[in-house]
Amino acid sequence: MRAVVWLAIPVLALAAVFAASPAEAADTLTVFAAASLTEFLQEAQPLFEKENPGTEVRLNLAASSRLRIQIEYGGPADVFLSANTRHMDPLVKAKLAGKPSIFAHNRLVIAVPKRNPARIKMPCDLAKPNIKLVIAAAETPIGTYTREAIEKMEASGDYGDDFKARVMANVRSHEPTVKAVVARVNLGEADAGICYSSDITPAIRENVLTIDIPDAVNIIADYPIAIIARTRHRTLASKFVGFVLSPEGQRLLVKHGFLNARPTE
Amino acid sequence: MRPKRNAVLVIFSMPALALIVLPIVGLFFRAQLGRVGSYVCCRPVAEALALSLTTSGLTAILILLIGTPLAYWLAFAEFRGKRIIDSLVDLPVVLPPVVAGMALLMTFGAFGLLGRYLNLAGIAIPFTTAAVVLAQTFVAGPFYVRQARVGFESIPRQLIMASMTMGASPLRTFFRVTAPLASHAILAGLVMAWARAVGEFGATLMFAGNMPGITQTMPLAIYSSFESDLNAAIVLSVTLVAISFLVITVTKFLLDPGRAGERPALMAALSRSSEGVAR
Repeated sequence: MRAVVWLAIPVLALAAVFAASPAEAADTLTVFAAASLTEFLQEAQPLFEKENPGTEVRLNLAASSRLRIQIEYGGPADVFLSANTRHMDPLVKAKLAGKPSIFAHNRLVIAVPKRNPARIKMPCDLAKPNIKLVIAAAETPIGTYTREAIEKMEASGDYGDDFKARVMANVRSHEPTVKAVVARVNLGEADAGICYSSDITPAIRENVLTIDIPDAVNIIADYPIAIIARTRHRTLASKFVGFVLSPEGQRLLVKHGFLNARPTE
Repeated sequence: MRPKRNAVLVIFSMPALALIVLPIVGLFFRAQLGRVGSYVCCRPVAEALALSLTTSGLTAILILLIGTPLAYWLAFAEFRGKRIIDSLVDLPVVLPPVVAGMALLMTFGAFGLLGRYLNLAGIAIPFTTAAVVLAQTFVAGPFYVRQARVGFESIPRQLIMASMTMGASPLRTFFRVTAPLASHAILAGLVMAWARAVGEFGATLMFAGNMPGITQTMPLAIYSSFESDLNAAIVLSVTLVAISFLVITVTKFLLDPGRAGERPALMAALSRSSEGVAR
């Protein structure tokens, strides 16, 4: 009998541990979003909470590829904002996410430290021998776009022979997120990095210069947003999607360096 | 112990044991072991494995070279502020690896404390294999120093004194008497440090970056392939579990008190304190 009592203690303790994990309030919205949306969402979050009193928005910011896997393995997302359709489509197909809408576009730029030690002035300079280039890992949306843009440059014929091979030979690291790419340039560890135009925030601009990539060889990224099928906060989730697509949300996106998907007439 | 009590104890032990064993079982269950062979040959996996073995091997040698004098000093010297040095040596053990990576970057990075001068000399450490070894040494070093120190401390001073009074130089004494007597502890510490080096992730990612063949060790390859090739990630994980298990077995064997008796009877007779090696 006493053994049973003693046995009950750890069981109860364990139950307490699980019970103590944050009980989800009825009006808590969990938003999984691409790391490139960090600054936009940090500003959008309090605005949305103010417009919907009593709600709380929780952000989970990481590479879209990682978030997609988290959602596939049961991550508690209500809304998913991806940096490309490649990581949204499989979720839609598996009926894990509802119908996506494109809410923003983004374009690639080259970031260099302000001192510009490798004297990079144009995209073709990325192929100069022995510069320290940092790009995002191939699995991430930005990593895919980066490689596509470099291929476009080579295919255009204006960037010299073996452009891709010469650029890839300069790559020193495949960073797990686009923010890590920017951080490397910001710290001056890398001579150049390829990131989104939206990543060059006012704080980053203090130490970093951007070099434009011409439209013809650039990649315009589509950002889809969708409600996760198993959400328990459907009304709030669709309110959030509406907010992102609203003129107010779109203006905020433009402010943070995105190209708006729904131009306000 | 009465059988009934024993049974209760077993039941109480199960939750902790299950928490350790179940995830490992889950990993192996998912591993589709039949396919391990086909993945080990794949380039990224093979590259990461080779890089992990090379860097952790270099780290072990480096730790042996620079860690032994420190362990010896801490074992035998008494001086003011020894406690502070002691705590400093243990700091990397409790420091989150990302903080270690950050600290290394701020020291050896392009604009770091030392890095700016290295940079002027044309030496850049981040993004190189050397950075991986540096990160591993920083994080794993204390595991060796700790263990080797305990080994040195357990050696009866009289033995060292005897060797010296018989005319052996300090260096000869170290290599002929001190090191052999502490060899189990030295080896065990080295194996543990090596294992920690193999598993190093955070500091490497922060400081050395993630480049296949140059800085992408096994843990980084697992992190990267998790998104693109789950099977490769699982195979790499299973390999690391196997390595870790091997390391624990070897260390346990080396530090087994029962083996103290295998040492020369003279040593055992001279002082019982030498059994402290077994700690």
